[in-house]
Amino acid sequence: MGIFSFFTKEKKQQLDKGLEKTKESVLKKITRSVVGKTTVDDDVLDDLEEILISSDVGVDTTLKIIKRIESRVKDEKYFGANELNSILKEEIAALLSENEQSTFSGEFNTNEKPYVIMVVGVNGVGKTTTIGKLAHLFKSEGKTVVLGAADTFRAAAVDQLSIWADRVGVSIIKQEMGADPASVAFDTVTSAKSSNADVVIIDTAGRLHNKVNLMNELTKIKRVMQKVIPNAPHEILLVLDGSTGQNAFEQAKQFTLATEVNALAMTKLDGTAKGGVVIGISDQFKIPVKYIGVGEGIEDLQIFNKKEYVNSLFGS
Amino acid sequence: MFENLSERLERSLKLLKGEGKITEINVAETLKEVRRALLDADVNFKTAKTFTETVKEKALGQNVLSALKPGQMMVKLVHDELAELMGRTNVDINLKGSPAVILMAGLQGSGKTTMSGKLAKLLKSKRGKNPLLAACDVYRPAAIDQLKVLGEQINVPVFADLESKDPVKIALAALKQAKLNGHDVLIVDTAGRLAIDEQMMKEITNIKDALNPSEILFVVDSMTGQDAVNTAKEFNDRLNFDGVVLTKLDGDTRGGAALSIRSVVNKPIKFVGTGEKLDALDVFHPERMADRILGMGDIVSLVERAQEQYDVEEARKLQKKIAKNQFNFNDFISQIQQIKKMGNLKDLASMIPGVGKALKNIDIDDDAFKSIEAIIYSMTPLERENPELINGTRRKRIADGSGTTIQDVNQLLKQFTETKKMMKMMSGGKNMARMMSNMKMPN
Ligand SMILES: Nc1nc2c(ncn2[C@@H]2O[C@H](COP(=O)(O)OP(=O)(O)O)[C@@H](O)[C@H]2O)c(=O)[nH]1
Ligand SMILES: [Mg+2]
Repeated sequence: MGIFSFFTKEKKQQLDKGLEKTKESVLKKITRSVVGKTTVDDDVLDDLEEILISSDVGVDTTLKIIKRIESRVKDEKYFGANELNSILKEEIAALLSENEQSTFSGEFNTNEKPYVIMVVGVNGVGKTTTIGKLAHLFKSEGKTVVLGAADTFRAAAVDQLSIWADRVGVSIIKQEMGADPASVAFDTVTSAKSSNADVVIIDTAGRLHNKVNLMNELTKIKRVMQKVIPNAPHEILLVLDGSTGQNAFEQAKQFTLATEVNALAMTKLDGTAKGGVVIGISDQFKIPVKYIGVGEGIEDLQIFNKKEYVNSLFGS
Repeated sequence: MFENLSERLERSLKLLKGEGKITEINVAETLKEVRRALLDADVNFKTAKTFTETVKEKALGQNVLSALKPGQMMVKLVHDELAELMGRTNVDINLKGSPAVILMAGLQGSGKTTMSGKLAKLLKSKRGKNPLLAACDVYRPAAIDQLKVLGEQINVPVFADLESKDPVKIALAALKQAKLNGHDVLIVDTAGRLAIDEQMMKEITNIKDALNPSEILFVVDSMTGQDAVNTAKEFNDRLNFDGVVLTKLDGDTRGGAALSIRSVVNKPIKFVGTGEKLDALDVFHPERMADRILGMGDIVSLVERAQEQYDVEEARKLQKKIAKNQFNFNDFISQIQQIKKMGNLKDLASMIPGVGKALKNIDIDDDAFKSIEAIIYSMTPLERENPELINGTRRKRIADGSGTTIQDVNQLLKQFTETKKMMKMMSGGKNMARMMSNMKMPN
């Protein structure tokens, strides 16, 4: 059962009904055993734990959520079924940083032009695909977009981004494979500036966060772009794969250490994975989840809405 | 935020130390920690539960016999159970058939294309095979180009049909081509797909039916979380795959998914990917993985890797020099070259028991040796052979020549003397971990 199935096309709609049922009954069970009590009994907490852990929320964050619920149950004494339900969701949502934007280009509150986005993340999470979709959305909001193919490392990565650029109908700046990524980024912002473009999106090679040299390369890319646009990149978007487990924490930690990540995107939420690890990440690093990827198509990107997301964890 | 699995277990097992016997009560806390450690490592919720229950039963059962050192006993129990869960021995891939067909399947971004290239390289260079790669991912932009580039790099032909959008047809044509050109292995790369994508799952079943592969490999990212179990189960129900390939194990993931997948689908893990380069491929060793998870260090891998690079004759000479206290900067630098040849330093160091933990938050740059090398190369041959000659003026000259400071030079000289002392003391070089942790790099 994909948590974002309610967003997506029908092909994803004939999903595992069985799972939905168990989820419902867990929630029912939770409510039933708590109504009218001032404590939450262990069975209920066990069930809650199972839901959260199985959604990759992680032990620490799960314990944090459970503690918050327990203390509210103690304070507010009387509970009805609906109250518990909403308290649960409120407490989880409270951990997620607010995502203020409502339109894709809504956050371009800078006088500098172009608005530069650098996209980073480990291998295969969906950086290039997300860039393609983002470009499409900006374009549909009337912005001019320039893509920079600074993943010069992975075989055919430049071709992949070029195909996306064609598909969306935006321009792309590229050099040959193996070229210096910082130089590609420099060319991109220079060209975008002279053509007075609105947005630049820089693709970067996937890198495992424990490889120091590669992480340093990001700093260099950034520095070089600042020669042209002093505050670039305005947005450093860390892409996380929704099916990644607790290692996403490590990714967030290392990438935020290496560079000023200020936005998250979570991909592949059209699958069965729930990406719950993002709750703890958003809480600890105070970085909002801005976008979610829900498929491989050009339209399969959405603005993150925390209420909907939390609802989806409980299958409602 | 997270300690790794081995640290967790170490800590939780400490709780048991000093207690005389394993009882229901004192084991409870430890098991809780074990379970928590497993969950932090992304072991599936249910797998972790079953696992701890099994360990508990075994622990309590053994209590009757003797439990003089409950801590050690628990370490052994947990370790054995982990190894058991991941399958005790390594299972090879099936290369029967002419050609033998290997079908790659998995989620988007799991690393199928790179793994196809790695496998082709391995079969070609280590098993004397003549593989053909087939590009059947017709969906992801430039996926076919990617495989072609990899094929070029390893000198393995790639069958592709840019006109066709039908993976089954392409696969069949590739098979025909393989037969025609006398290839003994055909490796079929496919598009990533979600287990719940009915249409795409049907497609890969059709490819399977058309090719009748001798080996179907399920490729999974070792960073995968709780969902690994569902995905593996679904792919297995559809394809009845023969083995699992774990990718991106060169990251710092604890790889609990390996455990859960193995226990849920009961298929062996056959290979692990350990880097982006096309030779970064290892066969899977369950015992070693369990050791590694438990912080016992992957010492076997380290030794093997070292052996591949190490010149025995050279080592013997060095041994003699150390014994005679003649170890000099020439030896020092050739040691550094040896270590560098063995691969990424942090990877290497983390295989040494106890060191992985110490290094967790320390960056060892691949260039960590750069300034050391620069300093040594700025010495005259005479100085390199006779480090005791290096006085104040020479130090200044060396610092200037290497673009470092006198302090850096002093530090290196001091370390060199200490290392020399230590090497002589150990004279077998047994406690490598201690030696390394005492060695500071100038920066
Ligand atoms: N199902 C699904 N697949 C995705 C999504 N985003 C990316 N992918 C796929 O994941 C794979 C890796 O994506 P790519 O953009 O090349 O990752 P990169 O290496 O980070 O640039 C490709 O097969 C994409 O089609 C998503 O939201 N849902
Ligand atoms: Mg990419």
